[in-house]
Amino acid sequence: MKSEIVLQKTRRLPIPGEVLVAKGAKVDFDTVVARTRVPGDVETIRASQILGIETDDVEELGQYMLKKVGDQVIKGEIIARRISFFGLSKAFVESPVEGTIEHVSDITGQVTIREDPVPVEVKAYIPGRIVDVIRNEGVVVETTASFIQGIFGIGGETHGQIRMAVKSPEDSLTANMLDSSDKGKILVGGAMVAGEALKKAVEIGVRGIVSGGVEDKDLRDLLGYEIGVAITGHEESIVTLIITEGFGKMRMSGKTFELLKSCEGMEAALNGATQIRAGVIRPEIIVPRDRTSAGESRDDRAAFSKGMQPGMMVRVIAEPFFGAIGTILSLPVELQDVESESAVRILEVQLEDGRKAVVPRANVEIIEL
Amino acid sequence: MHGNHISCFAKSARWANTSDSQASFDLKKINVILATDCGSTTSKARFFKKLGNEYRFVASGEAPTTVEAPYEDVTLGVRNAVREVEELTGHTLLSDDGIILPSKGNVGTDLYVTTSSAGGGLQMMVTGVIKTMTAESAERAALGAGAIVMDVISVDDGRRTFQKIDRIRHLRPDMILFSGGTDGGTVRHVLGIAELISTAEPKARLGVGYELPIVYAGNKDARQQINKILGKKFALKVVDNIRPVLSQENPEPAREAVHELFMEHVMSHAPGYNKLMKWTSVPIMPTPAGEGKMFRTLAEMRGVNVIGVGLGGATTNVYSVYDGKFVRTVSANLGMSYSICNVLKEAGIQNIMRWLPFEMNEVAVRNRLRNKMIRPTIIPQLIDALVVEHAVAREALRLGFAHHKSLARGLRGIQRQRTVSDLFEQSLEEETYIDMMRINIIAGTGGLLSHAPRRSQTALMLIDAFQPEGVTKLAQDSVFMMPHLGVLSTVHAPAALEIFEKDCLVRIGTCIAPRGPMEGAGSLAAVHLNMPNGGSRSEEITQGELELIPLGEGEFAEAEIAPRSNLDVGAGPGHELKTKIEGGVVGIVLDGRGRPLILPDDLTRRRKDLIKWFRAVDAYPQRALERYEKALK
Repeated sequence: MKSEIVLQKTRRLPIPGEVLVAKGAKVDFDTVVARTRVPGDVETIRASQILGIETDDVEELGQYMLKKVGDQVIKGEIIARRISFFGLSKAFVESPVEGTIEHVSDITGQVTIREDPVPVEVKAYIPGRIVDVIRNEGVVVETTASFIQGIFGIGGETHGQIRMAVKSPEDSLTANMLDSSDKGKILVGGAMVAGEALKKAVEIGVRGIVSGGVEDKDLRDLLGYEIGVAITGHEESIVTLIITEGFGKMRMSGKTFELLKSCEGMEAALNGATQIRAGVIRPEIIVPRDRTSAGESRDDRAAFSKGMQPGMMVRVIAEPFFGAIGTILSLPVELQDVESESAVRILEVQLEDGRKAVVPRANVEIIEL
Repeated sequence: MHGNHISCFAKSARWANTSDSQASFDLKKINVILATDCGSTTSKARFFKKLGNEYRFVASGEAPTTVEAPYEDVTLGVRNAVREVEELTGHTLLSDDGIILPSKGNVGTDLYVTTSSAGGGLQMMVTGVIKTMTAESAERAALGAGAIVMDVISVDDGRRTFQKIDRIRHLRPDMILFSGGTDGGTVRHVLGIAELISTAEPKARLGVGYELPIVYAGNKDARQQINKILGKKFALKVVDNIRPVLSQENPEPAREAVHELFMEHVMSHAPGYNKLMKWTSVPIMPTPAGEGKMFRTLAEMRGVNVIGVGLGGATTNVYSVYDGKFVRTVSANLGMSYSICNVLKEAGIQNIMRWLPFEMNEVAVRNRLRNKMIRPTIIPQLIDALVVEHAVAREALRLGFAHHKSLARGLRGIQRQRTVSDLFEQSLEEETYIDMMRINIIAGTGGLLSHAPRRSQTALMLIDAFQPEGVTKLAQDSVFMMPHLGVLSTVHAPAALEIFEKDCLVRIGTCIAPRGPMEGAGSLAAVHLNMPNGGSRSEEITQGELELIPLGEGEFAEAEIAPRSNLDVGAGPGHELKTKIEGGVVGIVLDGRGRPLILPDDLTRRRKDLIKWFRAVDAYPQRALERYEKALK
């Protein structure tokens, strides 16, 4: 989480195409920065079979073709014809789609027709300035923004005005807290968003929801299927949902909640895409804002390479202290047994509620360096 | 970048040729060894030293793998894992530049080796002409190379041409293994597949405008035309046919090509990997390759049939060495951290929950697994959380083994002389050749199995998932070092073997389980044991029960096992088996629960049974089992 950061986003086409903006240009959320045409779907026709050509003679297919490779055809157009027995036997091959003849195989006797290309556009996603152009591929957009990384999300890129739908990070976002005026907005919940609220958000046309947690069961009901491998972001016709803490009822971190509150009424970009594997992608909330200071960007990698240190603030990310925040008191070197009898490296932590706890080092994440 | 590619190929080639690698090291000067494995979830450092005349394991360190933002550098995780070793031993191994080489006193190491499964693994699509012949051979070869097989395309796979093209286009694999046709066989169908691929124009998973590698290992007569169809669009590599004749499978050339391209195209894309390559002069080996090497070693050393399993965070790798034949399968997305929710999806929540001896509602189980998925490095602090993980592990192992058996089967398409009785048994051809009665050892590795707080937990997970029959030894990797020893063996085989025997391979014990119809209660077999202390014991294997007989590691007992008339323990139905039983840290497990193992449908009875079985082998703390029992009342 960063209250202010200079952020760069690379916006790239899936295949080479045309870049539509120049370096230095100002862009908005929906500015199209690059576009291309992705090759259309293909349709194959067993032409030699339709024409009654013997398997050993498929190389003769070319002589019956009325259209050549590269020719445009329309749906129902005759592309091949075979007349035999002095006109007594006639066979025709019609194109099942509109497109271009891509291949006539004298090996398999098949004709391949590719449908017209499909246009693909890439939008800026965040407002800002173009700081780099990647020739034929895309651009790099730079902006000053508040940035919050979620832990898991669904749904793709969107943007909308932030509304705090709950009063505190402990609250749950329920269906009665939403109404038609929320159409196009980004709603911030607290500890959990209820399944009914998710359904209502889709009906109303809410663009995004940010919540501490969600029940896995509600997510499955919303999607209509079970997520197996955590690769998301491609879901369609749903609201983009970002959870910041985990599954179940999870109080949103106070700092995250306060930062979002300070952004209420502002326009935010959201992306629920998550991929928890190598090349990890986590969901994000970006609230572009005017630059007010030098920002608080810092190199987390340098701190991580030093490892954990007493005095650092951590959040516990597993039972039995899930969600608790505290300060590291000590980091004993020796392995210690925890209740499960696992011999692990632990840390002693002073929790915010006054308790002292022993937690496996693997079960905390550093939140302050 | 180009230079890196060349060095990758050179390294891969050396890795394939063990003797070349060994030649470049003076083994006499190697006294200190550091090995790491960059797993998908955790990076593990293992520290070995020559103590007197023998190489021994000294200490281990672990830290989260750091491929995730904001770190995006695999070497940070390696550093943190090695730093733990430094703290535990007082031996300095790290400098600002990386690993200190060679050793001098308490500083540096003489050898640094590593394996890696970071980078998302190798995701491949394979093709062949006939699904059950060349396509299946290609699948086995790709899996044997440690790949995840995303799809198998064949002429007879039941999909229409446009569906195949659509599938190929949307897969975005790292690589395609293209087989088809025996040498001198069909060319037309092979070229048909080439045209499919050409039309689909699949793009590589990584990068824009990057040529997708294709390994062609099909009919040699089609090579020229294949080159014409695919050569300009893809990075085409042609190797010897995987199935030169129907009666022979020749996977090695394809596997080697896959490994070369794996090094070049996949691992080098894992963040920080290029830096890691500079730290070690020994080629980095994929984790499943390292594991597989040690399971093979185990089978070869003992001259027996072995099933091995590496239960990882992202994948489950199953290995079988059966009558000398080695098969490896990598079940993508069956794992205990990143992939834990895919186990949920594949097995179903009820199959996971059937292994829980306590009340926990479905919502809570689901949320717990999801939280593990999104934060894969967490470890169970509470006993209930551990039991839930073990429930998932049983299902991941079961599914992984089912996948393995579907590929561990004889070559199809071979004409054989048949008798009339063979015709009645023809359906058996579809099944695996693995007969659990003939498996001598089942061994496990991977974080969850190696780090199980009690070895009896590993024993029971292996028994429940693999369901051994007859007399089967159980073993496990002590602290997860088989991949490390696998890569070490390529440069210092004596050290790797010494450490494997003394510090890695933990003999858990032996499972004795009768096979056959289990109708009726009571005794299934009488077991008479002549114990090493000179005494003897007579026990019964009882229907529905588990029993543990202590017999320590390195101890042996002479056993006479007399099964009921319709049951088999290895000598045939009703025949007595005389054999030597090896003990272990757990002992001898007498398993009368039947094969297949079917848990009671009734919830209370099932939980009672689970508690009874857990108690019988001392799998979990008594206080926890008492709590579960009390809740049932």
